[in-house]
Amino acid sequence: MAANLYEQLGGAGAVDAAVDIFYRKVLSDESISHFFDDVDMERQAAKQKAFLTYAFGGPNNYTGLDMRHAHAHLVARGLNDDHFNAVAGHLQSTLAELSVPAELIDQVLTIAESTRNDVLGR
Amino acid sequence: MPTIHFQGKDYPCSENETVLDCLTRQGETIPSSCRSGVCQTCLMRAVSGTPPPKSQESLKPTLTAQHYFLPCICTPTGDLQIALPADDIVQRTAATLVARERLNHDIVRLLLQSQQDFDFRAGQFAHLSRPDGLIRSYSLAGLPHTDGLIEFHVRRLPGGAMSTWLHEEVAVGETVQVTGPSGNCFYTPDNPDQGLLLIGTGSGLAPLWGILQDALRQGHRGPIHLYHGSWNPAGLYLVNELRQLAARHPNFIYTPCVDAEAGSGDTLGRADLVALGALANLKGWRVFLCGHPEMVRNARKKAFLMGASMKDIYADPFVLSAKAA
Repeated sequence: MAANLYEQLGGAGAVDAAVDIFYRKVLSDESISHFFDDVDMERQAAKQKAFLTYAFGGPNNYTGLDMRHAHAHLVARGLNDDHFNAVAGHLQSTLAELSVPAELIDQVLTIAESTRNDVLGR
Repeated sequence: MPTIHFQGKDYPCSENETVLDCLTRQGETIPSSCRSGVCQTCLMRAVSGTPPPKSQESLKPTLTAQHYFLPCICTPTGDLQIALPADDIVQRTAATLVARERLNHDIVRLLLQSQQDFDFRAGQFAHLSRPDGLIRSYSLAGLPHTDGLIEFHVRRLPGGAMSTWLHEEVAVGETVQVTGPSGNCFYTPDNPDQGLLLIGTGSGLAPLWGILQDALRQGHRGPIHLYHGSWNPAGLYLVNELRQLAARHPNFIYTPCVDAEAGSGDTLGRADLVALGALANLKGWRVFLCGHPEMVRNARKKAFLMGASMKDIYADPFVLSAKAA
């Protein structure tokens, strides 16, 4: 039986390797870092970890409603497609940095893309 | 089948059932969110019994050392007695003031004799309460003493209710209550060759003084760099002790920092800028930050962006209580 995406990526270990790199890219990006200013860093990192687990096809209990509620206050502050694209871009470059095969990166980005409307409250 | 003991009740576990599911099934509401071992909302501590390693592996070493685990991914192999972090069992002892000595113009060292055992790890903090009920937290200073003495370094804050009382009013022989310990800022020997970067301002030196001695006595081999900051030289303390320690241990380097821009009433030293400017990259380093909340917040972010892993950054901001009306 073929391994699923999460297993192919390397499971929880892959998420651990990715989360610091990904979160650093996000915090260093001035176009989006202001959305993270008031948030406790460790709690935010835990949320990034949960998001990456979800995007890697891993175990999670997110619903579209969770994503919608979680980002509603940011949408109110102007969260838009450009910001979403920036985060997706950092996800892509994180995986590229970790030498993940292009085909698997595409699968992860497809999962991330599927959250766009919920994240942006559309 | 294992049984979970929680808040005085027993909850038998079904086969292959997680602790979280076991409690929820039997009507007990535990905070939880992702239910996949990621968000740490459900974090609990095993007071007795051993949770399987899988339910601990993503936690920081200081949490694992205190037997914390994640109930949502914990399938117990034996009985467990568990507690929520908020209502965890603490030690309480009356403690008598034995000595008070001035360390510098605004910090005193208090030595208290505890009447009961009070165990803690160097770097943690405790709550001090005085007879009228006023309660404040202070870092436990230095290594645990062997004779039941508990040490605190208390900085006098202008208008500070507890610090004024501790500096000027409480007399040798008087008793306070000490409860605790709390805090996850302490040394763990899981990586004896990694670099340790310790940055503190003011009385933030108290826990760092303990953490670095703890590291040295446990044979830490990697470099240990301490930066202690104050806005003028009078705010430094333990200078001679730290210099002597550095002379005896080649891997320990002590750098006292003074903010050259005197005159600002702000006690934010520049220890963090010096410390974070000295190293190009913090990948693989463990960072301890204690003292002024703004320094801790800024240094934490900067250390992370300089390559320190989130799991290796330990922050202990000294948050002040709001002034009483």
